[in-house]
Amino acid sequence: MFDSYQETSLQFFPARCINCLRCVQVCPHGVFVPGEGRVDPVHPNDCMECGACALNCPVQAIRVQSGVGCAWAMIHAALRGKDMDNCSCGGETGSCCGQGDSSPGRGEQ
Amino acid sequence: MPNERSPCCTDPLDTRCASGYSCAASAGRDPILVTTSTITVADRWDHFLARWGFHRVGHRVEPGLYRLGNPTPDSEVFVSANYTLSFDALRSALVGLDAFILVLDTKGINVWCAAGKGTFGTEELVHRITATRLGEMVRHRRLILPQLSAPGVSWGDVLRRSGFLVEYGPVHARDLPAYLKTHTADPVIRRVQFPLRDRVVLIPVELVQAIPVTALTTVILGFAAGWVVAMQFLLAVLAGTAFFPILLPFLPTKDFTTKGLFLGLLVTLPFVLLIGYSSPDFSLYSTGWAIAGILIFPAITAFLSLNFTGSTPFTSRTGVRKEIFRYIPVLAVLGGSGIVLAILLSVARFAGVI
Repeated sequence: MFDSYQETSLQFFPARCINCLRCVQVCPHGVFVPGEGRVDPVHPNDCMECGACALNCPVQAIRVQSGVGCAWAMIHAALRGKDMDNCSCGGETGSCCGQGDSSPGRGEQ
Repeated sequence: MPNERSPCCTDPLDTRCASGYSCAASAGRDPILVTTSTITVADRWDHFLARWGFHRVGHRVEPGLYRLGNPTPDSEVFVSANYTLSFDALRSALVGLDAFILVLDTKGINVWCAAGKGTFGTEELVHRITATRLGEMVRHRRLILPQLSAPGVSWGDVLRRSGFLVEYGPVHARDLPAYLKTHTADPVIRRVQFPLRDRVVLIPVELVQAIPVTALTTVILGFAAGWVVAMQFLLAVLAGTAFFPILLPFLPTKDFTTKGLFLGLLVTLPFVLLIGYSSPDFSLYSTGWAIAGILIFPAITAFLSLNFTGSTPFTSRTGVRKEIFRYIPVLAVLGGSGIVLAILLSVARFAGVI
């Protein structure tokens, strides 16, 4: 209850995994850990859908609808009649990171 | 035709580059820039202004290839964004190291946001490798990228198109010295955290964004509905922009909106008690205002809290979407009914009914 973050669009296809561990390296939330011959998605609910794992998987063993989890950007897009699922981050078009620097959470790196 | 390139543009061992020698741009190649690991007072002032949201897209460094110290053709190549906080975090973490830093043009946006937007991405990286002729400067074919650039970079595409192998370093530049010892990262330094310090540094820019509308509304409310109501509003905004980031992990529930509602109720209740204390007969008018306050102000705090999702490093789009559809109608009903109640009370008082 009062937890909207139990669902994720992350999909993992273990049969395709070649255990290159790229997803383990790029995931900032430890969703994947090394396993026996392939990785294990042990914390899928921690996925923030940044898309790093899917983009860097050489065999398309991961699929995720990547996007920015920012209410302001999504509401702003919806109010302007745009697709709220395609609003982007860090831009001049009313986005989550403001004009690009407001988010040390996503910031100083 | 004589070669117009400065020697340091062709010979990485030329020490003139490391001593501040600025290479002239040559045909087809960007000039090579020089940097140090020292963070000056001017840099810190720039960081301060960035934190306060002053000229927010103006905190940029020149994109291109930088020499740090006296790099050789075997020195590491680090990649960063052209946002001063990102670039300075990297170079200050590399004290005593001779290296190259390839700065991408991310339009003055930090690594993670630029990766999400695609400006810190495969296209820009490959372009910058080509424009700087990085392949002529180093013997190896390895780039160290910040881990948080991975949402924008496909290492396979970069390898195919440039011949350079992308290696993802740790989340924070400060962990690079440890990383470089083995070129492997402990799981701890691969995890994004959101400690108090990172949450607190967000507050200035949140406040600056909120000030114009908040100040105007507070003054209008002060004259129209009284200064107690105006202070309630001010505190509700302050709770959503300043208290919320500080208290985030300690507020109950996982959803940001319900956390914000809880916090909003906490800061509204003292005013309700104040109104009740100043009107102990529990008149319809004062009771009505207390109820209106409970309906309106926690909803404002909750809305601001929901908007904080974009500043955190862990909210997913699926979850935020769900929160929006689940709670925005509730907040609209709460706030709307509170405003209607406040208007009815004012009209009734004006008409002498209560």
